[in-house]
Amino acid sequence: MPIALGYLAVSFAFGISSVIAGLSWLEATLISLLNLTSAGQLAGMPIIAMRGSLLELAATQLVINSRYSLMSVSLSQKLGLSVSLADRFFVGFCNTDEIYAVATSYGGRVGRRYMIGLGIPPIIGWTLGTLLGAIAGDILPAILVTSLSVAMYAMFIAIVVPRAKEDMPTLLCVVIAVALSCMFAFVPIFKVVPSGFVIIIIALTASLLMALVHPVDDEEDADPCRENGQGDAKGAVDPAVSLVDDASATDPAPDCSCDATSDATCAREEATR
Amino acid sequence: MTVSPHFFLYLAVMAGVTYLIRLLPLLFVRKRIKNRFIRSFLYYVPYAVLSAMAFPAIFFATGNIISGVLAAAVCITLGLFKRGLVTVAAGGALTVLISELVIMLI
Repeated sequence: MPIALGYLAVSFAFGISSVIAGLSWLEATLISLLNLTSAGQLAGMPIIAMRGSLLELAATQLVINSRYSLMSVSLSQKLGLSVSLADRFFVGFCNTDEIYAVATSYGGRVGRRYMIGLGIPPIIGWTLGTLLGAIAGDILPAILVTSLSVAMYAMFIAIVVPRAKEDMPTLLCVVIAVALSCMFAFVPIFKVVPSGFVIIIIALTASLLMALVHPVDDEEDADPCRENGQGDAKGAVDPAVSLVDDASATDPAPDCSCDATSDATCAREEATR
Repeated sequence: MTVSPHFFLYLAVMAGVTYLIRLLPLLFVRKRIKNRFIRSFLYYVPYAVLSAMAFPAIFFATGNIISGVLAAAVCITLGLFKRGLVTVAAGGALTVLISELVIMLI
């Protein structure tokens, strides 16, 4: 499963970052198994490693992972009758950006077995990748670990840059976020703010500002994918966090999935093949 | 293996919040969010978060600002050419490896 393979690579980087921050391989693996989210985990991990406040941890996850609530709202209407109330507890657990993208691009409603088949391999890939990364971080020579420590940041750049290049408002949002981030890192008065709260303040400031200045278009009428329920994805799936998208592998209308999850995702898709 | 009781508390809070964000709408909300402002806000959040986490942290990730800055430059360049996630990560790591080796030799 392409999603599982993509997750393996990203979580490998997370595993390395975790042991560098001082977590054990078991702790890193447990975090991945139970959270299944990339950006949220990387923001939360240093808070855990440095024994920050639980409130900070909870607030960070709430803000960073807020986008999932929108995806769940959308996915909720996509589930078929075979998905029982109990099954929804499982679907909720594995509703990541990529799984959401694939499920919503499926023509018609998705059944119970489809969701289980779609959800299990990525969970395994994500957890296993973290375990391997953490072990590698423990046994590899220091210079290799140092080199691999930039991998996680590199992946963030790989997600943001292509989209910011195409879309002016996104670029503006990135510029605001980086400027604020540098301010918190370099201006002495702001250095006392814990890392989790810094991320929250930046995420809220930049996103609220941009939502006011330049709201994203729904493009409901223009979107040819509406009949597939894919139109939802335009505003809801964030290409920013679509680490790997194998939508085209299971998608009856690959063009639509590319359209809805942005060119950036398509480029990555090609690269992962 | 070192797993402290403290850790489980953190883990429970982290996983709990993340899970509830995803689960509650599946259980209770069945209609689509129409509000353009909320949709826009949620669209921008990941970009703001990811760029704030990458910068300026990547400059200091290696412990040597020279290799950190070089790695960032290579990653941004590869990103502009729309290279894949793994390619960019490998490019960044390789840049650090090479520049660290060069620095050691000098």
